Amino acid sequence: MRLSVLETKRLAACLGLGLLLAVITGPSGSQDHPSSGIRGSLLDVRVVDFLLFGLVVWALAFGLRRARQTEAVSGPTAQLRQTVRTALDRRGARPTSYLAMLLVAILVPLALAPAAQLSLFLDIGIYALLALGLNVVVGYAGLLDLGYIAFYAIGAYVTAYFTSASALPIHAPFLLNPFFVFPVAVAVAALAGIILGGPTLRLRGDYLAIVTLGFGEIVQILARNSDGVTNGSRGAFGVPGLSMHLGPLEYVFPRTKALPYYYLLLTILVLVMIAFSQLERSRVGRALAAIREDEVAAEASGVPTLRYKLVAFAIGASTSGFAGVLFATKQFFNPETFSLQASILVLTIVIFGGMGSLFGVVLGAVVLQGLAYVLRDPIPFIGFQVADADRFIYFGAVIIIMMVFRPQGLVPSRRRSREIKLSEQGLGHADAITGASEVKP
Amino acid sequence: MAFADQFWQLTVTGLVIGSVYAVIALGYTLVYGVLQLINFAHSEVFMFGAFGGVFATRALLPSGNISATESIGLVLLGLGIGALCGGLAAFALERTAYRPLRRRGAPRLAYLISAIGASLFASNLAGKEFGRDSVNIPKDLFDYNTQVFSVFGARVSKQDLVVFVVALALLLLLDRLVSGTRLGQGIRSVAQDSDTASLMGVNVERIIVMTFVLGGLLAGAGGFLYAMKFNASFTMGFIPGVKAFTAAVLGGIGNVRGAVLGGIVLGLVENYGQFFLGAQNLDVVAFLVLVLILLVRPSGLLGERLGRAA
Amino acid sequence: MTTADDSVLQVENVTLRFGGLVSLNDVSMSVPRGAVSAVIGPNGAGKTSLFNCLTGAYKPQEGQVWFTPAGGTRSQLVGRTPHKITHLGVARTFQNIRLFPALTALENVQVGVESRQKSGAISAMLHLPRSTRDDRESVAEAVSLLEFVGLPHRIHEVSAALPYGDQRRLEIARALGTKPSLLLLDEPAAGTNPAEKRDLERLITRIADTGVSVLLIEHDMRLVMSVATQVTVLNFGEVIAQGRPEEVQRNPAVVEAYLGTATDDQEASA
Repeated sequence: MRLSVLETKRLAACLGLGLLLAVITGPSGSQDHPSSGIRGSLLDVRVVDFLLFGLVVWALAFGLRRARQTEAVSGPTAQLRQTVRTALDRRGARPTSYLAMLLVAILVPLALAPAAQLSLFLDIGIYALLALGLNVVVGYAGLLDLGYIAFYAIGAYVTAYFTSASALPIHAPFLLNPFFVFPVAVAVAALAGIILGGPTLRLRGDYLAIVTLGFGEIVQILARNSDGVTNGSRGAFGVPGLSMHLGPLEYVFPRTKALPYYYLLLTILVLVMIAFSQLERSRVGRALAAIREDEVAAEASGVPTLRYKLVAFAIGASTSGFAGVLFATKQFFNPETFSLQASILVLTIVIFGGMGSLFGVVLGAVVLQGLAYVLRDPIPFIGFQVADADRFIYFGAVIIIMMVFRPQGLVPSRRRSREIKLSEQGLGHADAITGASEVKP
Repeated sequence: MAFADQFWQLTVTGLVIGSVYAVIALGYTLVYGVLQLINFAHSEVFMFGAFGGVFATRALLPSGNISATESIGLVLLGLGIGALCGGLAAFALERTAYRPLRRRGAPRLAYLISAIGASLFASNLAGKEFGRDSVNIPKDLFDYNTQVFSVFGARVSKQDLVVFVVALALLLLLDRLVSGTRLGQGIRSVAQDSDTASLMGVNVERIIVMTFVLGGLLAGAGGFLYAMKFNASFTMGFIPGVKAFTAAVLGGIGNVRGAVLGGIVLGLVENYGQFFLGAQNLDVVAFLVLVLILLVRPSGLLGERLGRAA
Repeated sequence: MTTADDSVLQVENVTLRFGGLVSLNDVSMSVPRGAVSAVIGPNGAGKTSLFNCLTGAYKPQEGQVWFTPAGGTRSQLVGRTPHKITHLGVARTFQNIRLFPALTALENVQVGVESRQKSGAISAMLHLPRSTRDDRESVAEAVSLLEFVGLPHRIHEVSAALPYGDQRRLEIARALGTKPSLLLLDEPAAGTNPAEKRDLERLITRIADTGVSVLLIEHDMRLVMSVATQVTVLNFGEVIAQGRPEEVQRNPAVVEAYLGTATDDQEASA
């Protein structure tokens, strides 16, 4: 069998991918021996495995393409897909599966070790909440916010300021129960979002990305440098945990235990998911979809595009602020907590799970963060593990792979994947990046 | 100390660093010109260039005293290898993170996100391979800190002079290239209207790749210059990246001479600004400039004439 | 020429330039209330540019556009954003149909209807009665509009999948959803077959019968002659004639413009 030029290129790409994978998973280098990592990865027997892996990937893809050409729509894969789709579409299928998953989310943590429970709260739960908020900005409004974690930081610092006399060098004249800080932090974060987004959203959509990128960095720099306000890089110690005093109902969330926080967060997640799905189905959600698909037509249909984008941006910011409060009442934090990488991690979760899909982004948080947790220790038999510092190599790769092969994400939102498909055929857009610049003077 | 006393020293530093911003900003502006996209991963192209140049000079530095010729040769070699690494990185970036999306006609949001992913991937991979601490060019390469001359009492070190002169040469070179060569003509025509350019027989795909590579060569050389003045590290790209982007917007994005002007102006403004806001807030100044320019004059100082690149 | 009192829209000395290019030169015209009128002219005469000036997509360098909704106050349209102008009561369609492709027919019209509603994001998220009421009303109104334009069988179809003629109607329904006093139709008959054209003609008349003033840009002279009571002729960005269709048809300047040399396509599409 002779290979076409295209297939040869594809084979080469797959083998290259295998080599790249070998380098990524191989030993690390150092500044004094910058090529040692690469040499150790490639000049070793293990490279054979990776080349074989590349070959297998190519062969599978080749076979799949062949199969797709011949079977067209009626083949077994298409049939399987159709079966799954009809099963999901059946009345009651979705609510039932949601309930089952909720049950898993309630029961499984009871069986986990304390460290895993803490990770479940901090790495999965909080990030799922953050991702739900960012999803409003990226998925619903079609905008890119790269300084998203700054609002999380604002929420956390506001909490420290209002609840503790000692966590920061300064504190509010009156101290509040953390529960009362939620509305305050949400308001402050939303305000920050409006101040930042108001002027920038008028401009071309990609400027928002860079301004928020800068904003996220500035918030971190200011937090680091303002020793007198934020305690600088030492961070905030001793924010009190959550506590409830509602008449006879008294409960203090112990800071040493993760599960009570987790269940509170789970409740919040469910409520937020319900709220956002209402939002998506409301006139606001339709207006945002209209803006994504054709901003000029949306304006002409009476949609105040700027205001809606701002609303979406502010909702994202306040969700992030809200998450910040929850986080601060459980965990110590300092400016390094709110790095650019954290912002991008939230973005990765949204992209991986599926822009615009509530269930998708939560699943994205579970899968990505869950994998990151599991891979901290070597996997039995294979011995593969990912150092904490190396996690972001994989996250970066996940983003590119999703954008190239599955831009609609793991569990796509139907409306969103239809938009992406149509816009690739030249019908409308699937974001709010281009629209504004089309309106001429 | 009064501002007046510091003025000339701040000016010298501002010009030197500003010229490096300008070199990086050209990459943003060129790519923006042809694709109307912010290339978020450009900062990582710059980082690879810096590492390439620094490691090359470290590896090739002869032991013992080195002659002036050797030192000049090594600096040029560092620049060349830096540029090469930058160009290669930009090429790889275009291939993996941009081209598949362009083939499909993906929405613009997808490009931005894909570039962010590439940036995250590249910088962390560099961190793994090249270590996570910063690296300097070899101490013995040349006597950086020797004062060459002074302007109104402000000292200009050998290092400042080298960085500034090389940056200026690169800028002039690119300006000639864009305004006077066939490639430049191709870039300008694609920037003006890629559909028409394609109809006129311009190979748009090739021009896009060449534009990335050109921007990458410059950023790579710029990375070496930056590393010469400061150091190289896997996270080094981010801040100068944002600043160079600011410079590109300041001058009028898509506008080659605008990017140069923007870089110099930004370098000066942030150095004057840090005098008032404190050195630790140097980076805040650039951000304020970005927000201000977007609010007041989003089309930049020289206007964003895509296509009228030079 | 109609007097100021019974015109829904008055365009006064509007001049629009792109760089050195004059797209509209000192254009003045008025649109009678409650009737169908038309702007005609050869390609590149500036018809779409005029529409874009009326709807806020372009801002003319000189001139005024006054709009007086039924029973409302006179307001200036130049310098307002497109959505503000829509809120005041001027709706439009586009020459190259611009629907929200991934939304269903119903949702497309709902977006127009909902531009008049007030319930915000918070009441939507909390599922407050305001929000649910708005939702119910918008569905009901959108359905009746889809019936009005003859698309009741298409309600849940994705708009990009509709046949061309239906897309045109859907776009009109969406515009009507904003409850306009004045509806601007940009070449509604472009690309439709004779049967669809007759349907369209009836639809335009029915729209006018509901009290909505209609201004259309059209190439199809037969359609213009049969539905419009007043015609304005543009050529090279200038008004060369205005009046009843029969008068305009006999106007030598108009004959000259249409039979004379073809003009280049300088007209920018929105």
